[in-house]
Amino acid sequence: MTKLTLGPIAYHWSAEARRDFYARIADEAPVDEVYLGEVICSKRAPFHEADLPATIERLERAGKTVILSSLAEVMLKRERKATADLAAMDAPEIEINNAAGLYARGERPHRIGPFMNAYNEATIAWMAGRGATHVCLPAELPAPAIATAAAAARDLGLGVEVQVFGRASLAVSARCYHARAHGRTKDNCLFVCEEDADGMPLRTTDDRPILRVNGIQTQSESYVDLMGETGRMIVDGVTHLRLMPQAVDMVAVATTYRDVLDGTRSPAEADPLLREICNGVSFSNGFYHGQAGYRRIAAAAG
Amino acid sequence: MSLAELICPAGTPAALRTAVDAGADAVYCGFQDATNARNFPGLNFTPDELAASVAYAHDKGAKVLLALNTYPPAGKVDLWRQAADTGARLGVDAFIVADMGVADYIARTHPQVRLHLSVQAAASSPEAIRYYCENFGVKRVVLPRILTIPEIREIRKEIPCEIETFIFGNHGLMVEGRCSLTNYLTGQSTNMDGVCSPASDVEYRRHDDGSMSSQLAGFTIDCFGSDEKAGYPTICKGRYTAPHRTEGYYAFEEPISLNLSRLLPELIAAGVHAFKIEGRQRSKSYVRGVVSAFRQAVDDIRAGREANIADLVALTEGQKQTQGAFETKKWR
Repeated sequence: MTKLTLGPIAYHWSAEARRDFYARIADEAPVDEVYLGEVICSKRAPFHEADLPATIERLERAGKTVILSSLAEVMLKRERKATADLAAMDAPEIEINNAAGLYARGERPHRIGPFMNAYNEATIAWMAGRGATHVCLPAELPAPAIATAAAAARDLGLGVEVQVFGRASLAVSARCYHARAHGRTKDNCLFVCEEDADGMPLRTTDDRPILRVNGIQTQSESYVDLMGETGRMIVDGVTHLRLMPQAVDMVAVATTYRDVLDGTRSPAEADPLLREICNGVSFSNGFYHGQAGYRRIAAAAG
Repeated sequence: MSLAELICPAGTPAALRTAVDAGADAVYCGFQDATNARNFPGLNFTPDELAASVAYAHDKGAKVLLALNTYPPAGKVDLWRQAADTGARLGVDAFIVADMGVADYIARTHPQVRLHLSVQAAASSPEAIRYYCENFGVKRVVLPRILTIPEIREIRKEIPCEIETFIFGNHGLMVEGRCSLTNYLTGQSTNMDGVCSPASDVEYRRHDDGSMSSQLAGFTIDCFGSDEKAGYPTICKGRYTAPHRTEGYYAFEEPISLNLSRLLPELIAAGVHAFKIEGRQRSKSYVRGVVSAFRQAVDDIRAGREANIADLVALTEGQKQTQGAFETKKWR
């Protein structure tokens, strides 16, 4: 019943890396739905958009539902056009991440992406009245609010999605911090973000990991991991659980989550497996528990 | 011709009276709770204080704009609705909103009160702005601090509402309304609680070598030599290291203030209707100084006189200042 989804790739992975990635996802990953498209930086889109039709076809042939996601930030002409073009598609499923996309889509069906700030039942009701069929909640929403939002969405007939795995998006800016780190600007970035397949790590000056830079986006250093919380979320009415692609074996991640959803492994059994797959990256679930996002609340892990 | 209204901050009733007396066309403020994005201890207004302040401002021909510009988490929407009801009853001239649910409620319940779109709504394109204008009757948009003046001029031509831009104060470089950095480190959310780098989580540590570090929730945000002045630990203005930047560097932005005083004529020519001064948490004397200086400058420019910009630059004396994204795309 509960669906496992794969969010859009946030990073500047090469076209070849993306092709290989989605080929494996199509063949091996037990996910039901896959979000595709460039959400972070419009400059990256030309590198991989030509592959999109083939990727969609491959994934759909493998039985996955494909949803195209729109840019989170829309300022430039090409970004406005990309957003309008996506909104104009006949595709039944597109995910909108900017109000410019909502404007262009009108009342035709669409999903609400995590950048749309659907924090509450009033906003969800408004969006449902304008054609939204599904809403991905913001990463920082705590459990009681998720439960209330999910109940409202269920009553309105909407799907409700929560990111359960991967770095959280903490901020976006007009400025490219990857370019800045290399003494460049966004306009002459030379696509240096391609060097960091899992984001560029920032550490405090006393050497504590803190954040990740992904172009104009700032992400959490830790991977959000809500495996131990999936049971409660499903009871609360969350219908879709989102895995964000990181530079780890995502087929193995998806399989581990699927096992927990299917009840073939307990979260306690799955936790060490997930840690091994993720090579010692720190996990967090603080946002869900209403605490600092980077924290790992141990009680929930079992 | 642009109205060039001067919109000034008021963290307290005294600051509001100061701003009005110094020549503010409008003052913006908030209630003492999570309904606005400057939810700091000791700041903001009780309903009674707001009632008296609205009377004071209206008496002197100034408007009062109420910030309801945070995002209610599900289950807590009523607090925002009550704040809107109270504001409407007390006669505020506009609500500054970000959340679609809040905008929808006000548009339906208090259609007589103007709606302004907060910078927290992150509307940075004509289409996004039109969405709010057409659906909620928004009359003015506060533009994010990420657009160049030519971009503002273009947007102006394509939208059916007024434009307000920040001209002075904090230089918010993350897209506002989309920043969870504070919540990631402290557990308090800018979007839901109206809190950014809260003072309760701030600590300064003096080290044996005389250096000082500033910390937020136990994370070192910056480190200062014994001869440097320690700055406030705002996460997006901290120094960090990266694999190829082993000396701490300002990964996002230096601690710096926005000052667009030199660009005022261009902003007026671009069709900006209102200039916003940031700083509801600042002192009365700050409000008096900044508002008076900008009042004089705006009046001079509107009258075709040379404005004394040097005075405005002096207000940031000792601090670094920037024109950020407004002046050049290279900022990006």
